[in-house]
Amino acid sequence: MSVLVFYIAIFAGALFIVSLLRRMMTPRHDFTSLKTVTFGDESAVRPDRAASIISVLTVFVIWGAFTGSSLMPIHVPGPYSGTTEFTYTARNAAGQTDDAIVRVLVHKVGEDGEAPEIDPGDGFAKNDSDVLQEWRSELIRAHANDEGGDQEGYAVIAVDGQEIAPGETVRVADGTVAMTPKGSLNFTPRKGMQMEPIWLPSPEATVQRFVEIASEGYQNFTLWEHLGWSLLRVVAGFALGSLVGIPLGYAMGLSGWFRGWFDPIVEFMRPVPPLALIPLVIIWFGIWETGKIVLLFLAALWIMTIAARAGVSGVSISKIHAAYSLGASKWQILRHVIIPNSLPEIFTGARVAMGVCWGTVVAAELVAAQKGAGMMIIAASKFQLTDIVIMGIVLIGIIGYGIDMLMRKAERFLVPWKGQA
Amino acid sequence: MSGLTISNLSMRFDLPNGASIQALQDVSLSVAEGEIISVLGPSGCGKTTLLNIIAGFLAPTDGKVEINDHVVTGPAPERGMVFQQGALFEWMNVRDNVDFGPRMKGMPKAERDRISDHLLDITGLRDFKEKAIYELSGGMQQRVALARCLANDPDVILMDEPLGALDALTREKMQGLVLKLWKETGKTVILITHSVEEALLLGERLIVMAPRPGRIHKEYRLPFADRGVNADLREVKRSEGFSETRDEILSMIWEMEEEIMGRTEAAQ
Repeated sequence: MSVLVFYIAIFAGALFIVSLLRRMMTPRHDFTSLKTVTFGDESAVRPDRAASIISVLTVFVIWGAFTGSSLMPIHVPGPYSGTTEFTYTARNAAGQTDDAIVRVLVHKVGEDGEAPEIDPGDGFAKNDSDVLQEWRSELIRAHANDEGGDQEGYAVIAVDGQEIAPGETVRVADGTVAMTPKGSLNFTPRKGMQMEPIWLPSPEATVQRFVEIASEGYQNFTLWEHLGWSLLRVVAGFALGSLVGIPLGYAMGLSGWFRGWFDPIVEFMRPVPPLALIPLVIIWFGIWETGKIVLLFLAALWIMTIAARAGVSGVSISKIHAAYSLGASKWQILRHVIIPNSLPEIFTGARVAMGVCWGTVVAAELVAAQKGAGMMIIAASKFQLTDIVIMGIVLIGIIGYGIDMLMRKAERFLVPWKGQA
Repeated sequence: MSGLTISNLSMRFDLPNGASIQALQDVSLSVAEGEIISVLGPSGCGKTTLLNIIAGFLAPTDGKVEINDHVVTGPAPERGMVFQQGALFEWMNVRDNVDFGPRMKGMPKAERDRISDHLLDITGLRDFKEKAIYELSGGMQQRVALARCLANDPDVILMDEPLGALDALTREKMQGLVLKLWKETGKTVILITHSVEEALLLGERLIVMAPRPGRIHKEYRLPFADRGVNADLREVKRSEGFSETRDEILSMIWEMEEEIMGRTEAAQ
């Protein structure tokens, strides 16, 4: 919740500051502010570069602030660590009361500590000491060393002067003390607002893990082998899907018989998510490479078929008529008119298919794999290595984005007329 | 060679709901070689259907089209077609569009280049040979379409409202270009248009068609196309007889439209 409030505050604050700065820098007013509606392709709303930069920075700022990152100067309050004390008041069987101190060392995650030394003190209630890790809580066996602590009628009646009974909780200097139903004390040091590394490691821990895995590898394969294998599967599945899907789409666009024959199959298979096919593919093709490539082939096939079919159907009849009256034969029309005319549609399909394949390969590797980006994540999650999970997610995101950027570049280079006619 | 003869052409479209439309009924027309004729009529009079039958894209239900003493049975390079727009190949540059026909015939490159260079010169596209189609304005795109059609050296050029999508000024310039090309190449031209002025300017003969069923209503023989070759078309429009003929044809088409409206209202 606090993260969300923090995020909205940064969003609104940045918007306010940036627009204030801009207003100061540009004295002239145009009418862009009046264009708030999108009119067809003449969109008045363009992405604000400053907003994008601040948005990305905000993610890292929040990530750093809520994980106690050393890269961030300001943090939200962290968990308590150090040595703290509280006193408890015990009443023995004879009805006498006595105070004793509990001294606790709360050490940081990944460090070790020993219970601090403490003098047992006077009276029948003896001082105690204990040690625990931040974010954890500890049962303090206060009565264990007290004289008569095992007798009927002995009870702890107050903590730091505040009365306590089984099931109740009182606040002490650096945390809370709760009494269990059996009358023991349970000390919980202040947790603060930061995330435990097991939930979300700090950015630098993730980067550090990335460097480590990039140089040493993970689970018998280098990082590049993991990512490379995922990419290879995607490329192989996509290539096979295109190789079959594009000719099939052309056939469906050109022949009524093909269209009628394959329409029910394509339209039926298209909405089935590839992930739903995983069990069947594993049963038929096994869990290794064949199974994965078949799955990706199926993921790409229908998308490419539909794209090619749409590309062929989309050719305007006047282009075909023009080519005929210029003396072109059927084959020449296919080669010089229909195929080039369908390329923009096929590229759109290819971009979608690559995105779906990348998503599917990661999911397929989650199910069964020895190497691959998805396998890295699932293997790390079993050992609660959250930093590897986060690193894997970031790498998968970057690669997916990179694939789409490359496809867009290729599109602009190969079909420059797309969207221009 | 004996030009183009259209005899007793009829075309009926059967609709999926069982009804049928008589798009053309008993249309006969003969066009001499080297003649430029314009076809005018209210929408739905079957002008485009007539042109598509001549081009060989549609088979008539009755009658036949003959050119050079053989019957039209399909599209052929002897009948070139210029469309309103969107019929250029965007994936080719200007030159590749223009020499598409010769290239498909397998003509050697040197000869093809000679033809396309010449045509691009006379259509004023000399500096745009390597440009992509989508980089050109609408008027220039239609020049490419004209050049592409001429590169194939057809006997008859069929134009389906080639200037319909252009602005008034560009349109006037293009009308001059069409007349110039017609005179220089000596091709037979059949031009379909919505504009009465364009039909008067670009037709040695003007055919007015009437709708439902599509048929030839009236035929004019006009001097304006000859007057307009390499002349100022605005002068031609001011010349003797132009405005009278225009008004006469306008009121004729107006009456036809009224009649259609009346018939539709009566049906309702």
